[in-house]
Amino acid sequence: MNVVLIRRILTTIASAALLLWAVATIVFFLQHLVPGDPAMAILGGASANPPEETLQAIRDQYGFEDPLLVQYGAFLTGLVQLDLGESYTMKQPVTAIVSEQILPTLQLTGAALAIAWALAITLTLLTAGRRGWLGRLGAGIEVVFAALPHFWLGVVLLVVFAVVLQWLPVVDDGPLGLVLPALTLGIPLGGFLAQVTRDEFDVALRQPFVLSALSRGARTADVRFRQVLRHAALPGIALSGWGLGSLISGAVVVEVIFSRQGIGQVLVAAVNAQDLPLVIGVTFVVALVYVIANILSDAASVLVDPRLRHTIGATS
Amino acid sequence: MTTLITVRDLSVAFDGKEVVRDVSFSLRAGECLGIVGESGSGKSVTARSLLGLNGHGAQVTATTLDVGVDVLEATPEQLRHLRGSRIGYVLQDALVSLDPLRTVGTEIAEPLRAHRVPAAQRPARVQELLTSVSVPEPELRARQLPSELSGGLRQRALIAAGLALDPQVLIADEPTTALDVTVQAQVLELLEQNLSAGRAIILISHDLSVVERLADHVLVMHRGRVVEEGPTAQVLTSPQDPYTRRLLAAIPSASSRGDRLSDLPPATITAVPRERAPEAGPVLEAIGLGKSYRGPDGRTRPVVQDVSFTLDAGETLGIVGESGSGKSTTAWMALGLTPPSTGQVLLDGEAWTGIPERKRRSRRHRIAVVQQDPLSSFDPRWTVGRTIADSLSVGQGRRGGARGSAGSSGRERDRSARVAELLEAVGLDPAFAARHPLTMSGGQRQRAAIARAIATDPEVLVLDEPVSALDVSVQAQVLDLLGDLQSALGTAYLFISHDLGVIHHVSDRVLVMQGGQVVEHGTADQVLHAPQHPYTRQLVSTLPRRDLQEAS
Amino acid sequence: MTTLAPPLPEVEKPAAPPLRTARSSRSPLRHLGVALPGAVVGAVVLAALAPGLLAPQDPLEISLSESFAPPSAEHLFGTDQSGRDVFSRVIHGARQSLLIGLGATAIGLLGAMVLGLAGGLGGRLADGAVTRVIEILYAFPGILLALILIAVYGNSALTQMVAVGLATMPGYARMVRSQVLVVRRSAYVEAARTLGHPPARILLRTLLPNAFRPLTVLITLGVGQAVVWAAALGFLGMGVQPPTAEWGAMLNAGRHYIQQAWWMDFFPGVTIVLFTLSLTVLGRRLQQSTDAGALR
Repeated sequence: MNVVLIRRILTTIASAALLLWAVATIVFFLQHLVPGDPAMAILGGASANPPEETLQAIRDQYGFEDPLLVQYGAFLTGLVQLDLGESYTMKQPVTAIVSEQILPTLQLTGAALAIAWALAITLTLLTAGRRGWLGRLGAGIEVVFAALPHFWLGVVLLVVFAVVLQWLPVVDDGPLGLVLPALTLGIPLGGFLAQVTRDEFDVALRQPFVLSALSRGARTADVRFRQVLRHAALPGIALSGWGLGSLISGAVVVEVIFSRQGIGQVLVAAVNAQDLPLVIGVTFVVALVYVIANILSDAASVLVDPRLRHTIGATS
Repeated sequence: MTTLITVRDLSVAFDGKEVVRDVSFSLRAGECLGIVGESGSGKSVTARSLLGLNGHGAQVTATTLDVGVDVLEATPEQLRHLRGSRIGYVLQDALVSLDPLRTVGTEIAEPLRAHRVPAAQRPARVQELLTSVSVPEPELRARQLPSELSGGLRQRALIAAGLALDPQVLIADEPTTALDVTVQAQVLELLEQNLSAGRAIILISHDLSVVERLADHVLVMHRGRVVEEGPTAQVLTSPQDPYTRRLLAAIPSASSRGDRLSDLPPATITAVPRERAPEAGPVLEAIGLGKSYRGPDGRTRPVVQDVSFTLDAGETLGIVGESGSGKSTTAWMALGLTPPSTGQVLLDGEAWTGIPERKRRSRRHRIAVVQQDPLSSFDPRWTVGRTIADSLSVGQGRRGGARGSAGSSGRERDRSARVAELLEAVGLDPAFAARHPLTMSGGQRQRAAIARAIATDPEVLVLDEPVSALDVSVQAQVLDLLGDLQSALGTAYLFISHDLGVIHHVSDRVLVMQGGQVVEHGTADQVLHAPQHPYTRQLVSTLPRRDLQEAS
Repeated sequence: MTTLAPPLPEVEKPAAPPLRTARSSRSPLRHLGVALPGAVVGAVVLAALAPGLLAPQDPLEISLSESFAPPSAEHLFGTDQSGRDVFSRVIHGARQSLLIGLGATAIGLLGAMVLGLAGGLGGRLADGAVTRVIEILYAFPGILLALILIAVYGNSALTQMVAVGLATMPGYARMVRSQVLVVRRSAYVEAARTLGHPPARILLRTLLPNAFRPLTVLITLGVGQAVVWAAALGFLGMGVQPPTAEWGAMLNAGRHYIQQAWWMDFFPGVTIVLFTLSLTVLGRRLQQSTDAGALR
């Protein structure tokens, strides 16, 4: 059992490393497909009209004229040492910028994930497997929620709650400022998770073990909450790693709407300024977060589904 | 003796559609009541009415529905108290009737929790229950998941959960379905022990031999009504109702060989009799077949070892065995779908395995298959007619039908006429050609599957559990059909089944498999009347004690 | 933005329960449930094909005196900072947005089919490789991949299309792959093999049609989502450049005036929401009818 577990952990780490290497390689070569002179970008673009000597000095400094493989080697070496180079525009190490900016984004996405799950579970428990209007209402709410784009929901929430009602601040780095952005991100994902959870809930409710439990005198509420919900949550949990990835994607939009600090704002600015080291750095860190999130969601699945624990050796 | 359950004029309807009508019975302490019927007869709905578990949308009416409390008048909370403590209910197929995410111990402890047995007493009681249903190593089993237990142990664990609060009545709803016969016998024994310990049992089954073994009194249900009732021996030996008689006659067994099981008229098949030189060898021959698979642990596991047999033209070779015996793998190797690891198969004396699929293709029409689950073997997008026509498009070989330019209208017409002919030959209306398999009943689907299989006019038909998903009366019709087809077409059958009765009814010769090996081989009567191998003897001993057929 | 072809956990679902269509198909509510979203989608398609028919005004006509006019009878959706009629711009924007959505879906599906078929039909090695590629694509969450491409290749409708297409690809690819695997192992493919049909015929007549059947539903849902993604890029200023009328670009313009002219963002946004919601509802209905279709 222990050997199996260790082997499983090693496999997970190895495949995560492979994934990160692939991501890094892809972005590195994409970067070298960019038309134009990176040295020019560093010096503020063609409009800044830098002298040729300065350009050459920059090229030498960054090694832009080395063979591609040498540059790739240097890039990978840097990566291993957690050195992602220096931002062209901000003239700071990318690692420093990214590690500072990822925290507010993680707070935001974490809060959004919590909201999404709270929403999904509430909707499922209240309305799934119920006949009549209550079930239809729940299903309808989920479809609408899931279809709301962040850019629109965010603007509506902002105008209604911050501008018109003035209940919440428009821009605030404190916990109050987190409410609207997290809701913007969490509601659509919640709608989506609730759809998945409801479908599974309905499937599980028709399983003979439910009838079997009821026939032994179990309370309906008990069966719903202690047994069926657990089955219903499984696919949602497995999807949560992917969900966090999609939340980071959404965070780009939400941070722009609410002028929140975070990795999304950095990314938009970097793309606009063609600051490629920073773009790569952000991409890489997001991929890292995605990988970790997936490992966590796998672990959560194993916690909830004991069958996975027992078949570890058989399936890996 | 005290009467535990009294039911008078019970009717149940769903959305206005009546599925149970005017059912009456009573159950006294220590008695076993059998309810027999095919699927859709309303037997399970009747049982669930006793617990008030028919779900929303069920309209239950009765003059009396008394199980100690009046079910129709009881509050939901009273009903809940009744379930498990007064009446235990055991469903079929424990794999899905036990929560796959909970350990067996939690599952058995759950009724104790629901009925407020203090938490401290529960673990000991769980051990006690598991021991009482003869589950070995109860401490270990309680910590395992249902999926880690064998089918027999799972069913025992489910029974243990049903008995947790020591109910006076146990309802067992198809408790042995989906279990191997030897395991079935053990589960029945367990129920028998409970019965002799004084517990009253309502035993629901489609299988008369199961009911015969335990029940004192029998209700025969058909389409929601009780068509016959009485003491078990009386009902089984001198049935009054035509349905009961048909049901009894439909059971295949040793003595039913050569007789028709159903009252359908014999199929009318016009066919050119197959001409075959008497000195020609067997149509299908297996020599030392073996198959092994590499397990996840890297070790090679044999599933079939050294299986040899011959199949002569027009005869039926039955392969009988329990799950995991390797009988289906053997069939798949005979079909040339699974390459054998060792040995080889000869079709008409020529190599059939060990050659590239390309070389098999032109001969494939000579060997056809009918699978257990016909539904999944039909392309869901196609009508039955198209499926059969697709089969007709190959294997025009022997018939010498002109392989003209495809799509010419005359050919199209020929083909649809042939489809209609085939449908009629298997007892289906030609209008079925336009139907989708999903809209058909299990028996109709199996007939269509047979039509598809014989469309290529094969010399060998591999039948892999062709009737095991069907109700007894439908099974009887399909077996009769297969018999008619064989005598008209002279097709050789390789018939695979777990059911000894079926095997004895259809086979000329029998192969008994266990753990991937042939343990006994001979004519049907030799093997089943005078078994030599201990395993065969054990199998034969599970057959009904008295031959039901003689009675009817 | 979250519903786009998510990585469905590959669990075998039990067969669909018998559908109860008898009562529901007769209900008038049910008809409304198809007619209403159908009308929305129809209107958007009409606007894309012939915007002149629907738009009351020239979407590019500047009238500074009328800038920031709130919604009124004359300007249903109000006017923008240059006094252009937002309603007319929303109508004229449909073509660009729909094109990007359709193009992106086509790119995503084509790539997915190549990947999914290679994984589903190829051997274990091919399948392993495809699974890895899908996993890697997933590691670039949606907008991120699009932004990288835009950073590298600059800003154009084509980049936007390719970017959104690539972002949606892994979801489709996973679906195609698992579907191909399921069909490939099905008993009816086995049955076709026992008849001695050549592999090419089984592939074309049995395997592919069955494996691709669920994709029609996915396309319906996918186009809506691709429109949303493209609009999100436009909202970030990475889309079509002004003054062209395009929903995302309009959102981007409106974002700067959100406090004084909420209608500049609200109405293009509502249009997108209604459009995608309608496609979702239609897609689900289509799914139900294909599931039930076999029953007829």
